[in-house]
Amino acid sequence: MAEATANGLGQHALHAAHEAPSTGIIHAEVHQEHPIKLYLVVWAWLFILSTCSYLVDYFGLHGYLRWSLILIFMILKAGLIVAVFMHMAWERLALAYAIILPPILVLVFVTMMLFEADYTLLTRLAFFGAGP
Amino acid sequence: MAETLTHIGQTEPRPAGWKGIAADWSSDQRAFKNVSWGKAMMWIFLLSDTFIFGCFLLSYMTARISTRVPWPNPSEVFALRIGGSDIPLILIAIMTFVLISSSGTMAMAVNFGYRRDRRKTAILMLLTAALGATFVGMQAFEWTKLITEGVRPWGNPWGAAQFGSCFFMITGFHGTHVTIGVIFLIIVARKVWRGDYDTGRRGFFTSRTGRYENVEIMGLYWHFVDLVWVFIFAFFYLW
Repeated sequence: MAEATANGLGQHALHAAHEAPSTGIIHAEVHQEHPIKLYLVVWAWLFILSTCSYLVDYFGLHGYLRWSLILIFMILKAGLIVAVFMHMAWERLALAYAIILPPILVLVFVTMMLFEADYTLLTRLAFFGAGP
Repeated sequence: MAETLTHIGQTEPRPAGWKGIAADWSSDQRAFKNVSWGKAMMWIFLLSDTFIFGCFLLSYMTARISTRVPWPNPSEVFALRIGGSDIPLILIAIMTFVLISSSGTMAMAVNFGYRRDRRKTAILMLLTAALGATFVGMQAFEWTKLITEGVRPWGNPWGAAQFGSCFFMITGFHGTHVTIGVIFLIIVARKVWRGDYDTGRRGFFTSRTGRYENVEIMGLYWHFVDLVWVFIFAFFYLW
């Protein structure tokens, strides 16, 4: 239980359920059990972070400050949901990497489309002029 | 579980870090050792769904960057008039809180499911479904408001024509996901309430017996819906 014991979130954080037939080939599957308080704390944090990102809009912040704050709050919220609510923090590393790595590679696609969109805008401005 | 399986089914000590990942993946048996197939398949489905929503948000980004016409200001478009003054994005903020709350109740339902507390699990799941239905209702209200104001997939009164198509596409797909989630939440809550996972009653569709892990798998889907909303909220409404 390398991942299970490393989290330090309560003694009975995980317990292996021996529901699978013990043929030796099929492993006992791990069930997620954590104290309710953990979920309530994460819930409260998600509320705080959502309020913060709403306030960014409410106070009308602009430019890089706005975008960086939006991104920071977004990443923190997404991280909390995936790590605690979806229990990814306690899953085996092989699963975590298999699921989390591919979406990060979408950033390559984002970069490609940034260039493409800028080029489209350039040609539109060149042929149609600035806004109607 | 700090061990890995060999191709003949023997267990060996598993190395840490990257070597452990390589050992797990190359064991020629089963990559996700202590993860049930149901959970692994749900994660893989969610990964593919991530790509779908990723492509939507990407196409939105491309459309928004490449248009010469100014993009409508979401802060004003989604403002509601409450008590004589316009409050920016207030409906969207409430929708966000409703969805986050539904994620919280779902997480607790999973917890009580593993503790075999059928009553609490079913009630929390139904509460989650109710919050999800509230979210969809508020989204229907938002759509109605925007459509009466003249937003169409091909144009709107405030600026770039692509705004409407992006809005309906992204929020529509997300709303569909929430709706499907609500339906499945009710189905699983009924099974929990009836004690299907204790008595080993077979499902009406799959003819297989279920386990309390089904609640967690259902929860994975629901949290994913919440997760997608985090990105939509940031990129579409706040940007």
